[in-house]
Amino acid sequence: MIVPRYTREIPQRYRLEAGKCKKCGYLAFPPRVVCPECGNRRFVTVRLKPAGTILTYTVIHVAEDNFAAETPFAVGVVETDDGARLTAQIVDCKPEEIEIGKRVNLILRRIRKEGHAGILQYGYKAVLQR
Amino acid sequence: MAGIVGYGSYVPRYRITVEEIAKQWGKDAVSIKNGLLVNEKTVPGMDEDTITISVQAAKYAVQRAGIDPKEIGAVYIGSESHPYAVKPSGTILIDALGIGPDVHVSDFEFACKAGTEAMYVAYSHVKAGNMDYAMGIGADTSQGAPGDALEFTASAGGSAFIMGKEHVVAEIEHTYSYTSDTADFWRREGRMYPKHGGRFTGEPAYFRHVVSAGQGMMEQAGMKAEDFSYAVFHMPNGKFPLRAGKRLGFTKKQIEPGWIVPWIGNTYSGASPTGLSATLDVAKPGDRILVVSFGSGAGSDAFVFRVTDEIEKIRNLAPGFKSMMDDHKIYLTYGEYAKFRGKIQLND
Ligand SMILES: [Zn+2]
Repeated sequence: MIVPRYTREIPQRYRLEAGKCKKCGYLAFPPRVVCPECGNRRFVTVRLKPAGTILTYTVIHVAEDNFAAETPFAVGVVETDDGARLTAQIVDCKPEEIEIGKRVNLILRRIRKEGHAGILQYGYKAVLQR
Repeated sequence: MAGIVGYGSYVPRYRITVEEIAKQWGKDAVSIKNGLLVNEKTVPGMDEDTITISVQAAKYAVQRAGIDPKEIGAVYIGSESHPYAVKPSGTILIDALGIGPDVHVSDFEFACKAGTEAMYVAYSHVKAGNMDYAMGIGADTSQGAPGDALEFTASAGGSAFIMGKEHVVAEIEHTYSYTSDTADFWRREGRMYPKHGGRFTGEPAYFRHVVSAGQGMMEQAGMKAEDFSYAVFHMPNGKFPLRAGKRLGFTKKQIEPGWIVPWIGNTYSGASPTGLSATLDVAKPGDRILVVSFGSGAGSDAFVFRVTDEIEKIRNLAPGFKSMMDDHKIYLTYGEYAKFRGKIQLND
């Protein structure tokens, strides 16, 4: 059953909620229990800026069944303007339009359908700033 | 006076032209374009639906309103293409925007007028003093059956409006609704595509309700067509709103800013709300705007808006509709379109 885990992850998937270390300021996305920089366990919840830069990307030509109809599609690592890094699909463009260093916005899209009868899962994806 | 304090629209980047669809079915594109006054329509990306479209439009509306989303006391999404048959679209939207959990949420349905219904109920809450802010959204990703006339126009897009009483950009001065049992267009539970009454969708359905609602509204308000700077009528195609407007005494110039259907198609529940949004992008303080929606089944909601000085302050806080309509379009072949819209049976 995917529902309990999906529900738990809604704040990060929908609203880009990250944990900011109260001691050293490290930005953990997804949120963590222990700060990898200083070992502190106290975080304050912040929302990441929904914009950033492409650090690297790859184009997927052969995908598992759930994503097969969407190929070819791009997946990239994006650094948000507040310095967090996340992996996201880059959509609404041809793969050849994507370049390292290009600016993107993070938006909400449907990530996958759980078969024909399961839940619809939503989360962040990246679109090029135009 | 209660009215709109923030608005936003969103249409997908993907398009398919009337030529491309006509070619598939061996039809004459020129006569279809002349008949419908539609050139192309939006197509939702494979990861877009009524929820994602509503979320983007709502984010722009919050950006323009400049309020904390937590202050929004009700969220209503009107659509005939809610992704779930059972589970409200609004539940996902409020968590995406950080609204609630102390918020009243409901999905509305009334063919193409579900969006103005949502706006009407949101406005009524604010007017009654039940809450400071309420949001009404109209969005759709509608489908026409392959080869059906509706396939040339059924498109995707939506708009969101936050109602409030402070820093109002467009006051709602009057409202009026006109409804009857008229089966011009319907879809039974579990069917993928709608059925319609062909020519019956015109005179006894669209024109009777839109013209009656327009007349009723102007009588109630004591206004004439000349008193309005702009008017928006539901646009299932390009021709109907121009003809309805003419019967009510409006010129094409008054209708033009909100007459977006030739380039985006019929966004169903999103149609007249997005026409209003495109009109607010160009309206000046003091302008009056008449909006008349239409939903098959059938009914029309009418509103008289008066634009205030506040419009200049918020207009540029989110993307204008014209750039969304005109820029960075991605054109699809019929084959790609069929794949995008799930018209191809995959072996899954
Ligand atoms: Zn730390």
